[in-house]
Amino acid sequence: MSQFVRFTIDGTECMAARGQYIVDAARENGIYIPTLCNYPGVKPKGSCRICTVRVNGRLMTACTTPIADGMAIENEIHDIVELRKSIVELLFVEGNHFCPGCEKSGNCELQALAYRFKIMVPRFPFQFPLRKIDASHPKIIKEQNRCILCKRCIRAIRDEKGRSIFAYRRRSNRVEVVVDPKLGKQLTDELAQKAMDVCPVGSILVKEKGFITPIGSRKYDHEAIGSDIENVQITKI
Amino acid sequence: MGQKITIEPVTRVEGHGKVTIHLDNEGNVEQTRLHIVEFRGFERFVQGRPFWEMPVVVQRLCGICPVSHHLAAAKAVDMIVGAGMGNGLTPTGEKMRRLMHYGQIFQSHALHFFHLASPDLLFGIDANPAKRNIINVAFEHRDLAIQGVMMRKYGQEVIKATAGKKIHGTGAIPGGINKHLTEDEKEYLLNGDEYMDIEKMISWSRDAVEFFKDYHKKNKELIDAFAEFPSSHLSLVRKDGALDLYHGVLRAVDSEGRKILHDVDYQDYDKYIEEEVRNWSYMKFPYLKEFGRNKGWYSVGPLARMNTADFIDTPLAQKELEIFKNYNGGKPSNKSMHYHWARLIEILHSAEKIKELLNDKDLIEGELVTKGNKTFEGIGLIEAPRGTLFHHYKVDDNDLITMANLIVSTTNNNQPMNEAVNQVATKVMTGQREITEAMMNAVEVAIRAYDPCLSCATHALGQMPLEFEVYDFNNNCIDRKFKG
Repeated sequence: MSQFVRFTIDGTECMAARGQYIVDAARENGIYIPTLCNYPGVKPKGSCRICTVRVNGRLMTACTTPIADGMAIENEIHDIVELRKSIVELLFVEGNHFCPGCEKSGNCELQALAYRFKIMVPRFPFQFPLRKIDASHPKIIKEQNRCILCKRCIRAIRDEKGRSIFAYRRRSNRVEVVVDPKLGKQLTDELAQKAMDVCPVGSILVKEKGFITPIGSRKYDHEAIGSDIENVQITKI
Repeated sequence: MGQKITIEPVTRVEGHGKVTIHLDNEGNVEQTRLHIVEFRGFERFVQGRPFWEMPVVVQRLCGICPVSHHLAAAKAVDMIVGAGMGNGLTPTGEKMRRLMHYGQIFQSHALHFFHLASPDLLFGIDANPAKRNIINVAFEHRDLAIQGVMMRKYGQEVIKATAGKKIHGTGAIPGGINKHLTEDEKEYLLNGDEYMDIEKMISWSRDAVEFFKDYHKKNKELIDAFAEFPSSHLSLVRKDGALDLYHGVLRAVDSEGRKILHDVDYQDYDKYIEEEVRNWSYMKFPYLKEFGRNKGWYSVGPLARMNTADFIDTPLAQKELEIFKNYNGGKPSNKSMHYHWARLIEILHSAEKIKELLNDKDLIEGELVTKGNKTFEGIGLIEAPRGTLFHHYKVDDNDLITMANLIVSTTNNNQPMNEAVNQVATKVMTGQREITEAMMNAVEVAIRAYDPCLSCATHALGQMPLEFEVYDFNNNCIDRKFKG
């Protein structure tokens, strides 16, 4: 068996190393598939569905589906883009995302996706849920208003024994991510900063470290999300 | 039968005003009120937010002078992180903030004088409104219009270089600033393209002061007698009595120039200042406790600052202050239209300060932030373009805001504006059964002298959406006009 696979994305012939997921194979070919819950080095979950593509006629998550020979992948197709856009809009209305006062503005992946999709205002009604900030941990603030439940922090932030320091609490529409009370002390300064960096939105904030990065130096101030992969302007969409 | 004014606060946001006028049974104006129906609610909804968000969140109160709120809040949270009270920052931290602030004063004052006030002065209060506007200023006084636009642009560029963007930046952070001035930014502001030239800005600022003085000579009645009434004046001053727009002690003088608040530490502001709520306005009425509700009110803003300061530490503005003070016989000016004069002196002062700071190496290098022992309460005051601005926060053990109190500049000027409106309305409307546009504009001119926030937020150049109602002695509304 060849160590490479051949496939197409939106009709473009592609080739990538076998044994990786569609999203990574696309990246190798300079094609951006948007992601949100996915994070380099962390086992993919496929929970946010932003990376949905159509493979040989079936909708699948690109971050959890291994690439295979002969796949005909649809990515930048109108209905798929609309689907992704809808998910982003739903995430905005489901929480309380007020970008102007958010520390993560400019570095926020959700905001960056909204810009990429040119979302001016969500088409769905805002829910304005009543959520409180959890500031009880001495090192971080968990801003529940902004949490999109992607589980990146749960998967990525672990203590020396490999235990997740963050955890889900409650169920259904009351579910929230919190610092596991039994492991809270394991959250070192380094892990607290890593948790803030791993969070795709402004839900995990290191205390007293607000707005240190000036406007103009933030990740998406000058380039749209995904442009590092595409190396082209967003107007391509 | 006594007169009664019916007030129905409209549910509009900041930027709308309402004037009600009461006539007695002989048609004389008995009472006039300016209702400013702004209700922002920031004090309540910042509760529960982390304190370091305050400089970025609370500045959203305003799109014209957000830098003032940004810096007042930053000064308050400096105290919470143990960075001292206003003067405890690193040289880079304090000077970058000052540069941002002078840029703000420069652009805001330029906006007010050239865009909002100049049509009244150039064409007359009673001129045809179709002519009395900024567009016509551009047609008939092209150079002046260009100066106004480019001076505002210059101030905005200073803000962008220090805060990251022109409106609602993030430069000031607890304990300092988040960036240096780059060499490119410095060069651009010192000697950039055609208009990005600090020497040109200083020159135009001087021209503006000269323009006003010349106008004053020709229109003494309007400038000196229009809306003149005795008032106390309050502002920050530097410890040595100099004008200081960023930091200082609180000083107030009465209408004769006697000190009634003796350079006190602003951390104790609530010992000296109380706010009264009146049932006909959403805006509070601050006053000096010692003198009570009726006599303790005071004016703030450029005119108050000229009246409280002993001197200005930049040479050109100092010279103009001396002329100003000599004209007023060494006593405070209680003439509302002198606000324009004072504002232009401050434009000149800001331009001089910007030049001084741009040549300071501390902006290019040095520590950005300092911190010390944490506290749970912070108070920050600053001299915003429109006057003294108070921010006061308390935080809990988890760094979340538990209390916020803001006294914004326009609030401080609430009573003086009402006094001015009352005086002008009485003068021009007594015995009149019909309100003419010229009468309405006369009232606007009085309000506009104070450059209140409502005039900035209207998006109507040179006009405020004002509602006028005249009631007769039977409480019948006999005339109503809406302007906006």
